[in-house]
Amino acid sequence: MNMNMNMNMNMNMNNTKTIINVSRKIGLKEKIYLYALIQGLFITLKWFLRGFFLGKSNTISYPEEKRNYSNRFRGMHFISVDENKVENCTSCYLCQTVCPAKCITIIAEERYRDNDPFHYGVRKEKKPKSFTVDALRCCFCGMCEEACPKDAIKLSRNYELAVQTRAEALYDLKHLTREVIGRG
Amino acid sequence: MIEIASTIAKIIFIFFLCLSSLPLCVWFERRGSAWIQGRKGPNRVGPFGLIQPVADAIKFFFKESFIPTNADKVLYLLAPLLALAAPVAAMISIPFGSYLLFENLGGNDQYKIPLQIVQSDSGILFVLAFAGLEIYPLILAGRASNNKYSILGALRGCSQLISYEIAMGLSILSMVVIYSTFEMNAMISYQQNHLWGVFINPIGALIFWVAGFAETNRLPFDLAEGDSEIVAGYHLEYGAMKFALFFMSEYVAMMMVSAFLVTLFFGGYALLPGMNFCIQYFSATQNTIAIFQFLSLFLKVAFFMFIFIWVRWTLPRFRFDQLMHLGWNILFPLSIINLLLMIVLGYLI
Repeated sequence: MNMNMNMNMNMNMNNTKTIINVSRKIGLKEKIYLYALIQGLFITLKWFLRGFFLGKSNTISYPEEKRNYSNRFRGMHFISVDENKVENCTSCYLCQTVCPAKCITIIAEERYRDNDPFHYGVRKEKKPKSFTVDALRCCFCGMCEEACPKDAIKLSRNYELAVQTRAEALYDLKHLTREVIGRG
Repeated sequence: MIEIASTIAKIIFIFFLCLSSLPLCVWFERRGSAWIQGRKGPNRVGPFGLIQPVADAIKFFFKESFIPTNADKVLYLLAPLLALAAPVAAMISIPFGSYLLFENLGGNDQYKIPLQIVQSDSGILFVLAFAGLEIYPLILAGRASNNKYSILGALRGCSQLISYEIAMGLSILSMVVIYSTFEMNAMISYQQNHLWGVFINPIGALIFWVAGFAETNRLPFDLAEGDSEIVAGYHLEYGAMKFALFFMSEYVAMMMVSAFLVTLFFGGYALLPGMNFCIQYFSATQNTIAIFQFLSLFLKVAFFMFIFIWVRWTLPRFRFDQLMHLGWNILFPLSIINLLLMIVLGYLI
C-alpha cells in the first residue's frame, strides 16, 4: 500500500501529470432508477398533453407553410427592374468576370433610342441581348451581386430550385426579369 | 345448441374487437409519439389522419409477397401466423364481464351466458401457456429466414423472454396464493369483495408489469428487434402482409398482457368507481351491469395500452447485459422474496 503510494507520487513528479478522478458516488435514488424513470415519464406526458390539447408542434407542413429564411439567404437569381419594367443591367460583364463558377453568359447589345419607348439611351447605353445563368454550375456565393454596379443581378430568397430538365435550369433573361417582391 | 352459438358469437366478438381496435392503436402509437416528440404525425388521410392505418393496410396487401431464396419456406410462412394466433388464443380465457341473462331461451326460464369464452378452472395456466407460445414465432422467423441479423434477434428475444417469464410466473404465483384459485372469475369476485390485487401486492404488480414489456418485446426491452444494432431483428426478411402480421401481433400481445394484468391486479371487469351510480341511473338489470363491466374492462385495458405507448416513447432501449442483470439479479430475487411475503400474508388473512 505504502509502496504503491510512493510509486504514484514518483510518477506524478516525473510526468507532471495528475490523475483527476471524475467518478462520483451513485446514491440509492439513482441506483433504483425508478425516480429518474418517473421524472422522464412526466416530461413526455407534458409534451403529449401539449400536443393533444393545444396541438402544438415544431413541424412546418412544408408545401402549405414555408420556412421564412433570413434576409441574407442566397437563392434563385433575378435581375432587378426599374419603375418602367426595364432591366437595370447595362451589360458591363463585371458579374461574368467575377463569377468563380463561370455560370453567367452575357451577350451585349446597344440600347437604341428608336426602339426604346422610354428613351433610356443616355442613362443606359448598353443592354443585355441575352443574359443566361446556369443554375447547375452556380455556387450561390453572391459575388455577382456584390460586383454589380447597378444592383441589377441579385439573389432572391426563393429556395425552390428543383426543375424537371437541365434546360430549365438555364435561367434566361425572361426568367431573370420576373417580378420579385422584396427579395422573394 | 345455444351454448355453441353463444360461444361462436363470443369468439367472433373478441376476435373482431381485437382486430378492429388495432388500427386505432397503430394510429395512436404514431400520433402519440408525434405529440411526445413535438411533431404532427400522420394527419393527411381522413380526419386527424385516422384513416392512415387503412391506407397502410391497403399498401401492405398490394405489395409483392416474396420469400428469400434459402429460407425454410414452411417455417417462414408459419411464423407470422403463429405470432398473431398465440396472443389472440390467450385472450379466450380472460373474462370480459360476469354474465348476460336472457329469459325464455332454449326452454329455460332464465339462461345465463357467461362472458368468457372458455370457463376453465385453470384459466391462468391457459393464458400462460398461450403467452409462452409467443417465443415460437420469434425463433421460427429467425431460424427460417436465413439471415444473420434475424437469428441474432431471435436469440436475443429468446433469452430475454426466458429470463422474464420466471419473474412473471412467480409474480402470478404470489397472486394465486392470495386468491387461492386458478380461476379468473373467482379472482375478480375476490377483488370485488376485498381489495384490488395491486393494493395487496404492489411489488408483484410492478414485476408483472415490467415483465409484460419484455413479454411483448416492447421498448425498453425490444432487443429482439433493436433497430440500431440488428436492423430489424427477427422480422427483417419479412415484407408486405407477413410483416403486417408481426406488427399486428405486437399490438394484440399488448392487449392480451394488459387484459391479463388488469384481471390479476386491477379488478378485471370489476366496475370502476362511479359506475355504480351510472347503473342506478339507467336500470340495474344484470344485462346493464354486464355492459358496464365490459366497459370498465375496456377502459382499464385502454389505459394500460396508453401506458405501453407512453413508456415506449420515454425510455431508451436497455443494453443486453443490463437487461439480463435486471431480469436475473433484481426481478428474480425480488419476486421470490415477494412470493414468500405473500405466503405469510395469505396465512394471516
